[in-house]
Amino acid sequence: MATYCFDGTLTGLLCCVFRAFRFQEFDVHITANPQSQHGLFDEFIVVSSQDEQGQRVWQGLKQKIQPGSLRQFYLCFLSEQEQAFQHLFDFCIYVFQHGHAVDGNYGHPAVLGMAQWAKQVGREKHRMEAFVRFKKCQDGLFLSLVRPDFNVLPLIERHFKARYQDQRWLIYDEQRDYGIYYDLDDVHQVQMNARQLDLQLGSGHSQAFSIELDAEEFLYDQLWKDYFHSVNIQARQNMKLHIQYVPKRYWRYMNEKSL
Amino acid sequence: MSERIREKLQILADAAKYDVSCSSSGSRRKNKDQGLGNTGNGICHSYTEDGRCVSLLKILFSNVCIYDCAYCVSRRSNDVKRAAFTVQEVVDLTINFYRRNYIEGLFLSSGIFKSADYTMERMLQVVKKLRLEENFNGYIHLKTIPGASQEIITEAGLYVDRMSINLEMPTEAGLQQFAPEKSHAEVQKDLGIVRDRLIQLKDESKIIKSVPKFVPAGQTTQMVVGAHNETDQDIIMMADRHYKEFKLKRVYFSGYIPINAQEKALPAVGSAPPLLRENRLYQSDWLMRFYGFAAHELVDDQHPNLDLDVDPKLGWALRHPEAFPVDINRADYQLILRVPGIGVRSAQKIVQARRFGHIHIDQLKSMGVAYNRAQHFIRCADSPKFKKEPPAQQIRQQILQSGQSKYQQQLSPQLGFAF
Repeated sequence: MATYCFDGTLTGLLCCVFRAFRFQEFDVHITANPQSQHGLFDEFIVVSSQDEQGQRVWQGLKQKIQPGSLRQFYLCFLSEQEQAFQHLFDFCIYVFQHGHAVDGNYGHPAVLGMAQWAKQVGREKHRMEAFVRFKKCQDGLFLSLVRPDFNVLPLIERHFKARYQDQRWLIYDEQRDYGIYYDLDDVHQVQMNARQLDLQLGSGHSQAFSIELDAEEFLYDQLWKDYFHSVNIQARQNMKLHIQYVPKRYWRYMNEKSL
Repeated sequence: MSERIREKLQILADAAKYDVSCSSSGSRRKNKDQGLGNTGNGICHSYTEDGRCVSLLKILFSNVCIYDCAYCVSRRSNDVKRAAFTVQEVVDLTINFYRRNYIEGLFLSSGIFKSADYTMERMLQVVKKLRLEENFNGYIHLKTIPGASQEIITEAGLYVDRMSINLEMPTEAGLQQFAPEKSHAEVQKDLGIVRDRLIQLKDESKIIKSVPKFVPAGQTTQMVVGAHNETDQDIIMMADRHYKEFKLKRVYFSGYIPINAQEKALPAVGSAPPLLRENRLYQSDWLMRFYGFAAHELVDDQHPNLDLDVDPKLGWALRHPEAFPVDINRADYQLILRVPGIGVRSAQKIVQARRFGHIHIDQLKSMGVAYNRAQHFIRCADSPKFKKEPPAQQIRQQILQSGQSKYQQQLSPQLGFAF
C-alpha cells in the first residue's frame, strides 16, 4: 500500500488521483501532512501539484458527476480533514472506474462519507452566515473576527457580498489568518495581525477590540444585548438546547453572549 | 435618550415574545441598486436561552391596547408599563441591527390603539419607510390587525414578505370565553383578503409580463395550546382546515404560559407550559406538511388526543400493523417515508442508493436511519428470513424502554386535559 502526500491544495489532491490512474495504484492512503505516520513497508510518495493534471481530473469529474455532487466535492475538500481527503480520493477512483453515473450510490462508503463531510461544512458555512457579528469602526468599516471549524470564508463571500452592498466590511478568520474585505466594489483577500486587534484572543474571553469604534456602536451593542434578554421566556428555559444550537466555541465573538 | 430607547425596547420586545413565528424564509427579495439586504433561505442569527431561534427583530409598535383578552399581557386591564415607538426609532433599530448581522429583518406587531385602521396605518408607515426610503431588502413580517380595512391590507402586502394574523384559540368557544371582543370570522376575513389578492395576481401574471411582489412568503397563523379544554383533534383539524382553505404556509402552536394572575379560568401562574404537547402537535404538523399524512390519520374520534409517550408517526405505525413490514428495497418512497425512524433525507438516500444494489442493515445505519426504531417495521437485504412479528403493544414497550425521553423531567400537571 502506498501513501500519497500532497500540498493541501485542491489541485494537489486531484494530482493524486491522476497519479493513481497513471500507476494503477488504487489502494492508497492520502495525507496532506509530510510528517504523517505511515506503515513500515509503505511507499511514501510526495505528489507535486501540477495545474495541467489537476485540470484534467477536474474536467473529468465535471463530466462524470452531477453539479450537486461537484459542489459536495468542493465543500468536503474545504473541511481540511485527512479523513475527508481520503473519501474524496476514494470517491474519484470509484467514479472514474465506472462507466455509468454512480454519485448517487449512498451505499458506497466514499459517496456517503463525502456527503456527510459536505453536510458538516455546509452547516458551518450556515453558522458563519448567522453568527458573524460586525462591529462598526470609526472609519465606517464593519469588522468581524471569527474562527470557523472549517475553511468556509470562500463559501460565505457571495452571501455577504449580496447582502451588504453599501457598507465596507471585513470578515477575518483568525485561525487560518486571512480575511475577506469588501471595498464597495469587490471582495479581496487580506491579511493582518488579529492578535494585535483583539486583546482577548489569547485568553479566550469575549472579544475586545483595540481600535476606535463608531460613536453609536456601544449603544446598538447594548440594545442588542437587551433585546436578546427580553425575548427569552423564563418559563421555558432550556439551556441544553440553547448550547446545542449555539455551541460555546462561538460565544467569544457573539456579543449577546459574554465569556 | 439612549436610556429611554433601551427601556422601550425592553418593554416592547418582552411583550412581543409570545408570538412564536420567527421564520425568515420563503421570500426571494434580491438586493437592488446597491441597497441593503438580501433575503434568501432564512437564517437564525441567535438562539435564546429557552432554545427558540432569533432571526427577526420581533417587537410591538405599541403595547397600548383597547382589547381585553384574558390570555394576553398587554390587555387593557393589566397594570403594565406602556410604551410606543416612533416610526423613526423602529427604522433605525432595524437598519442598525441588520447592518451588524444581528437579524434577518423585522417582525412588527402591535397592540391596537384607537382603531385597527389607525394602528395598521402606523405600522405601514414603518414598512414603507424601510422599503422606499432606506432601500432595505431584508425580511419583513407584518402582523395584520384584526378588523383592518381591505385597502390597507392590500397596500401593506406590496411591501412585506409575510403577513400573519392569529387565531389565538383553536375553538370558537374558547375565543368567546377569553376574548369576547374577537372572533374567528374576522381573522378568516383578513386571511381571505390576502389569499384572494394572491390568487388574483397569480392569474394576472399569466397575461401581464410583470406583476408586483405580493406577500411572497405567504401567510401564517398561531394558536394557543393548553389554555382552554380543546382536544388535539380540534387543533389539528383547525390547522388542516386553514392550510387548505387559506393556503397558509405555517400554523404555529404556542403552549400557553400563564401571565395573568387574576384570571381564574386559565391555568394558574407558575404552572409549567405544556411543552410536550406542543412538541407532539408540531410533529403532527410536520407529518402533514412533509410526510404525506392526512389530518384524520393522526387524530380521529377514537383517538382525539395525541399519545404523549410516543411520537405521532410511531403512534400511527402501531395502530396500523397491516401496513408493515415495509421492504426497503422495493417499496414506494411514500411508504418508506412512513416508517418510524426514517426521515425525508434518509428516505431520499435509500431510494437513490437502491438503484445500485440491495441495501443492507449497516448501510441503513450509516445513512442515518434510527435503526433501533425502524427495525420493527422494515425488511432489508439481510433481515432474518423468518422473523416473528411481535404485537404492537410489545413493540411499543420495547421502544419506550430502549430510549429515554428528554421530557421525562419536565412532565407537568398542565398536561392533563381536565382542569
